[in-house]
Amino acid sequence: MIHIRRIQEDGADVIALIGEIDASSSIELDLAIAKSVGEGFKKILVDCGALEYISSAGLGVFMSYIEEFKDRGIRMVLFGMSDKVWNTFSILGLDELLQIGKDKVEAKQMIA
Amino acid sequence: MRTKAITRLLFLVGVITWLALVFAEISIVFSISSNLKQELPTWLPGILLNLYILSVFYYFKLRIERDEVLNFVDLLWRVFATGLVSTVISLSLRLLEVLMGSTRLPKNLVFNDFIYLINLGLMIGFLLMAFTVWKRLILYQKSKWLLRLWTFFEVGLLLSLLYNSFNIPVVEWLYGTMFGIFVLTGLVLSGNMKWVAYLNFRQKWTSLLLLLLTIFYLLYLIYTNRTLVAMLSQAMPSMSVLTDYQEHIFILSVIVFVTVYSIFSFLVILFNLPTTSVFEQKLEEVVNFQRISQSIQTEQSEDSVYNILLETSVSTVFADAAWLEVNLRQQNYRLFTYKITEKEAHDIINHLKTHNIKGILEQSSDKTKNLSRHLSSLKGSRFRSILAFPIYVKGENIGTLALLRELPEGFNKEMTKIVSTFANQAGISIENFRLMEEALQNERYKEELKIAKTVQKSLLPDVLEKDDDFEIAAFSESADEVGGDYYDTLRINDHLVSLIIADVSGKGTTAAFHMSQMKGIFHSLAQEDIEPDEFMARSNQALVYCLERGSFISATYFLINTQTKKIRYARAGHCPVLYYSTSKKSTEYFKDKGVALGMVRNKSYKKFIQANEFSYCPGDIMVLYTDGITEAKDGKNEEFGYDRLAQVVGEVQDLPVREIQEQLIQRLYEFSGTENINDDYTTMIVKFK
Repeated sequence: MIHIRRIQEDGADVIALIGEIDASSSIELDLAIAKSVGEGFKKILVDCGALEYISSAGLGVFMSYIEEFKDRGIRMVLFGMSDKVWNTFSILGLDELLQIGKDKVEAKQMIA
Repeated sequence: MRTKAITRLLFLVGVITWLALVFAEISIVFSISSNLKQELPTWLPGILLNLYILSVFYYFKLRIERDEVLNFVDLLWRVFATGLVSTVISLSLRLLEVLMGSTRLPKNLVFNDFIYLINLGLMIGFLLMAFTVWKRLILYQKSKWLLRLWTFFEVGLLLSLLYNSFNIPVVEWLYGTMFGIFVLTGLVLSGNMKWVAYLNFRQKWTSLLLLLLTIFYLLYLIYTNRTLVAMLSQAMPSMSVLTDYQEHIFILSVIVFVTVYSIFSFLVILFNLPTTSVFEQKLEEVVNFQRISQSIQTEQSEDSVYNILLETSVSTVFADAAWLEVNLRQQNYRLFTYKITEKEAHDIINHLKTHNIKGILEQSSDKTKNLSRHLSSLKGSRFRSILAFPIYVKGENIGTLALLRELPEGFNKEMTKIVSTFANQAGISIENFRLMEEALQNERYKEELKIAKTVQKSLLPDVLEKDDDFEIAAFSESADEVGGDYYDTLRINDHLVSLIIADVSGKGTTAAFHMSQMKGIFHSLAQEDIEPDEFMARSNQALVYCLERGSFISATYFLINTQTKKIRYARAGHCPVLYYSTSKKSTEYFKDKGVALGMVRNKSYKKFIQANEFSYCPGDIMVLYTDGITEAKDGKNEEFGYDRLAQVVGEVQDLPVREIQEQLIQRLYEFSGTENINDDYTTMIVKFK
C-alpha cells in the first residue's frame, strides 16, 4: 500500500511517497509522475523519507522515465531514503542513473 | 384387496339391512292394518334403518375418501350420477303408480309404505354419497382447527344415530339443541370453498352444471319423501309412520348440510367464473418463472435462455413482441429479438434515442407511458405500446428488456411489475453466463500457467558443470506458478567455465519469457571466451529490443579459469556475491558498480558496467543468490538480510557444497516460519577444491 502526496515548492513538484511500493502500487507511482510531467513541471522532487520498501516493479517506474526526462530536460531528484531503500537502488545501479540527494535541502540544491 | 372385500361386505350388509327393514316395517304395518297380532317390536325398523345408514356411510367412506385418483370434477360427477340413478328409479316408481292408477294397489297402505321405503333408501344413499364427497372438498386444504370441527360434526352425527336407535323418549329441547348444533356446524364448515379456486374455466362450467342438477335431484327426492310421509300419516292416523325421517336428527342434519353446501358451492363457482382467467394467468406466471430458472440451471446455451426469457415474458403480459439489448461493459453489444425483426427494433431504439427521450431506464410506470406516446410518432411501426426495463447486474446497467404491443395503452401496472421481475431474471441470467465464462477463462489461464511453469522449469539446467577445481549446487523455487529467476553454467573449453545468475523484474508469464530470452543470450554469447563486461554490454544491447518499458534484468556473469585459478566477473545490478575465503576465514560481499540490464537503453551502457577479477583457493565458497533470499521475511516483518546469510555460510563452510545449500535453505525456512516464501528465490553455490 502506498500513499502519494504532491505539493509544489519553489516551482518544483514534490512527490511524497508514504508506505510500500510493490507490483500493484507501482502503477500509482507511475500515474503520479506522469501527472506531474503532464502538468508541465520541469523539476520533480521525490520524497522517499516515508518509503519503507520498493520492489523491482517500483524501481522500473523510475528507470522508465530516465531517458524521457533527459530528452525533455526534466530534472528529477530523489531524497530522504532510508539505508535499506537506498541499498535497493544501489544494488541495481540506479544510484548511477538517478540523482539521489540526502535531504530536501540538498535535493533542492541539486535541482537548482 | 382387504378394503375391496370390506367395501363389498358393507354393500351387502346395506342391502340386507334395507331388505330386513322393508320386511320388518311392512309386516308391522300389515299386521296393524289387518288387525292381526303384532309379532315384531315397533322399534325394530328404527334400528334397522340406522344400521342401513351406518353401512352405507362406511361404504362411501371407503370408496370415495381413499380414492386419490379422483379430481374435483370426478367427485362432483359421482354425486351427480348417484342422484341421477336415485331420481330415475324414484320417477319410474311414480310412473308405475300412474300406470296402475285404476287398480286397487296404489291405495294399499302396505304398497305405499314399500314405495316410501324405496325412496327413503335412495335418498339416504344419495345424501351420504354427497356428504362423503363434500367432506373431501372441505378438507382439501385442511387446518388443525378445521379437522377438529369436522371430526366433531361427524362423530356427533353418528352418536345421534345411537340416540335415535334406543328410542329414548323425545325430549323436545334436547332434540332441538342437537339439531341446532349440527346445522350451525354444517354452516360453518360450508364456508370452506378453497377447492373452487383450483378449477379452471372449463371445469367450473362443468361443475356448475353438475351442481345444479345435484341440487335439483336433492330437492326432488326430499319433496317425494315428504309427500309420501304425509300421505302415509294421513292413511294411518292411528299411529305415526314408523320410520319418519322428519324426526330423524341424522337424516335431517345431513339434508340441511348437503343442501346448503351444494347451493354455496354453486354460488361461489358462479361468482368465481369471471376472475378465473386471472388466477390461471398467475399460475402460468409461476410455471413460466420455473421454466426460466430451470433453463438457466441446465446450462443451456445463452441464446436459448434469452429466447425462453423473451417468449415467457411475452406470453405472460400478452405482448406481441419483445427484445433484449445487452451491452456488457460498452463492448460486445448484442440484441435478442422475439417476433420482431432486428431492423424494426433498431428503428424504435434509434427513434427513441434521436428524440432524446429519457425514461426507458426508469422504473416508474408513468415514464413508460410516455415512451408509448413517443412511439406513435414513429411512422411505419405497427407497435403502439412499449414497456421497457433496465437490466442491472451488481448495480450496473447493462441492458434493456423491452416489450411491445400493437394496442395503444396495452400495458397495465400489474404487467409493469411482472416485466420488472423478468428484467431482474434477465440480469441474473446474464451475470450467470458471464461468471461461467470467467470461470472457464480462469481454468484456461491456469492450464496455460501450468504449461508455462513446465517450460520455465525446463529452462533451468538439470546438470551443472563439474570440474576438478570446483563443485556447484543450485536450488530454485518460485512463488507464482511461473518464476523469473535464472541460473546456468556453460563450459567454454577445458579450463574455462562460465556461470550466470539472473533475476527478471516482475513475476509470472512475462518474467518467464524474459528469462528464456536471457537463456538464449547466455547460450549464444558464452560460447566464446568474451570478457564479462563485454558480455553484459552485448546482452544489454540484445535485450533493449525485447524488454518493455520498466522491465529489467539483474545478472552476474562469471568466467572461471581453472588454469590461472582466477575468476573474472561483471555484476549488472544483481545482488552482490558472497564470498568465503579460507585464508581470511571470513565472508565478505563484493560490492562493486554495475547497472542492471535494460536500464540504460543505448550504447553508453558500457560505462555503467565494470569487470572485476579475484583468485580462488581450495575451500573457498562463492554464494550466488537472488533477492528472494535476502528479502525473505519472518513473522515480525524482519528480512533475512545480508548479515544472516553471511553468518549461515560462515557456520557451514566446511560441509560439502550440496549440504551447504541444504542447510542454507533449511535455515531460510526456519527463519520465515514457512516454506511458502512470497517471492522467487534461487541460490547457486560454488565450492572450490
